[in-house]
Amino acid sequence: MNDQAGLMFWELGAQVSVRDAFGRILVHMADQRDDWVFLDADVAGGTGAKPLVQQRPDRVMQFGIAEQNMMAAAAGVADTGLIPVVSTFAAFGCMRAHEQFRTAIAYAGRNVKLCCSHHGLDVGPDGATAQMLEDLATMRAIPGVTVISPADANEFMMAFKAILDHDGPVYMRIGRSATPVVYGHDHSFEIGKAHRLRDGSDVTVIATGVMVPRALEAAASLEKEGVSVRVVNMATIKPLDSDEVIAAASETRGIVTAEDHNIIGGLGGAVAECLAQHKPAPMQFVGVNDKFGKSGEHDELPAMFGIDAASIAAACRRLMK
Amino acid sequence: MAGTLVSEATGIRRLALRAIHSARSGHPGGSLSVADMLAVLYFDEMNINPARPDWLDRDRIILSKGHACPALYAALALKGYFPESDAMGLRSIDSFMEGHPDFRIPGVDAPSGSLGMGLSQGLGMALGARYQNKDFRTHVILGDGDMQEGNTWEAIMAAGHQKVDNLVAIYDANKLQGDAPVAEQLDLGDVAAKLAQFGWHIISVDGHDIAALQGAFKEARETKGKPTFIVADTVKGKGVSFMEGVLYWHGSVTMSDDELASALKELGDE
Repeated sequence: MNDQAGLMFWELGAQVSVRDAFGRILVHMADQRDDWVFLDADVAGGTGAKPLVQQRPDRVMQFGIAEQNMMAAAAGVADTGLIPVVSTFAAFGCMRAHEQFRTAIAYAGRNVKLCCSHHGLDVGPDGATAQMLEDLATMRAIPGVTVISPADANEFMMAFKAILDHDGPVYMRIGRSATPVVYGHDHSFEIGKAHRLRDGSDVTVIATGVMVPRALEAAASLEKEGVSVRVVNMATIKPLDSDEVIAAASETRGIVTAEDHNIIGGLGGAVAECLAQHKPAPMQFVGVNDKFGKSGEHDELPAMFGIDAASIAAACRRLMK
Repeated sequence: MAGTLVSEATGIRRLALRAIHSARSGHPGGSLSVADMLAVLYFDEMNINPARPDWLDRDRIILSKGHACPALYAALALKGYFPESDAMGLRSIDSFMEGHPDFRIPGVDAPSGSLGMGLSQGLGMALGARYQNKDFRTHVILGDGDMQEGNTWEAIMAAGHQKVDNLVAIYDANKLQGDAPVAEQLDLGDVAAKLAQFGWHIISVDGHDIAALQGAFKEARETKGKPTFIVADTVKGKGVSFMEGVLYWHGSVTMSDDELASALKELGDE
């Protein structure tokens, strides 16, 4: 499936790593626009940006393994009128260089796009030091920053185009493991707008990133038990689509949030902040329960840490009691 | 020209001290040590236009040692970016003159105040210029504290590697930091020798010698294939005898009316 500019999308149901989407959209947008540059810290092979580095080295500024310098330099690059797309692993981009992002980029309102791979248990065998489970919390706490976690490879490519058009600092997650494509080429991504993937009347699951296909799986299994589950993809964590959250609280019995992230400060926290102020409702939080991760395969760890489809279904059942 | 620049430097010192006195806090010592290099940059070296602070092709300056911003705001006011009365609003709630540089202030090219990020931001500007084949230049003023931050050394390494000859760092080596002399807290050793090893062109000058500073910036412009690092030997509190070399005046201090009057008297009535 191609869009009008010749961008190839994946078929529904295909198993695709968002990293592959990152490489594909970077090369595509290098042909489409000349107003952005790519800043890498020697991890293009890991983030998925390798195709750009190989095919369009003219668009790359290489910083080596020195993320604080890269992040603050991005602010300077933005000052010259270019849009820097900065990429590294989330632990380095969102933690090691967090102050550079906050002070040099966000405080100055610099038009920088930070795209990080290696977040959550989805990282797998590299283990706890690389499994950034705090990025949504740390980035969401900075004023003026847009935080996005796309659900699949196709939505990621649409979101990447959207953030280039958006004026202001953005943090976006790049998933690692191959996950089912849930959106076709006709999906329309809009920053700050949630998307209802499945309607339901009993319980709402608000999920983000890799948890979206798991939420759909949980909803399908609960349907067999006679439970009607609404599934909302909250691809934009900030600004949060509060209308969709309030609608879920009004129209269903409660909300389960699902994220590959610490249950503190991420999607669940954002939804709870919204509900507490506008429409208090019963909630269940599916996420990593304030622990560090560990080594293991990306399809083994979710069950161990309680963030698999079965955990989402169990949370829905708890809300129904 | 040098004579005019001396009076501009004195004007920067006087306005900076008046603003710090008015704010009842702020950092006079470091503001006085950078006054001469600011005067040379703003009134001689840089290609800038106060009427167009966001002109994309302007020369740039980053005061990485952001606590010396009373001098930066004074230079910007004297250059015509905003009225002197605005500079006098330093640190007050009804003013936009933040206690450390805010990018929204006309003429301020980057936020600073958290040490160690200025050289990286300058490197980004230099890389952005080179990428777009633009010939503007970027200057970064570093303090002793900046030189102790790891982020600065990442930038030093990267700028040397990238051979960005449109980037100039000016190190205001005033030898005193917040709580004690630099040599006691974390000695920086032979900075010039270290920077040379990282591939920078080194110029050492008396940081209060206007003509020497002019010559250093000219030499930097003529240096190709390397970034330039100017080691400016300075005196903290320069120009006010009771502040010179005295740790107390690093700040952030409240200056009495008598202290301000004595300082302004030493700096000459205008």
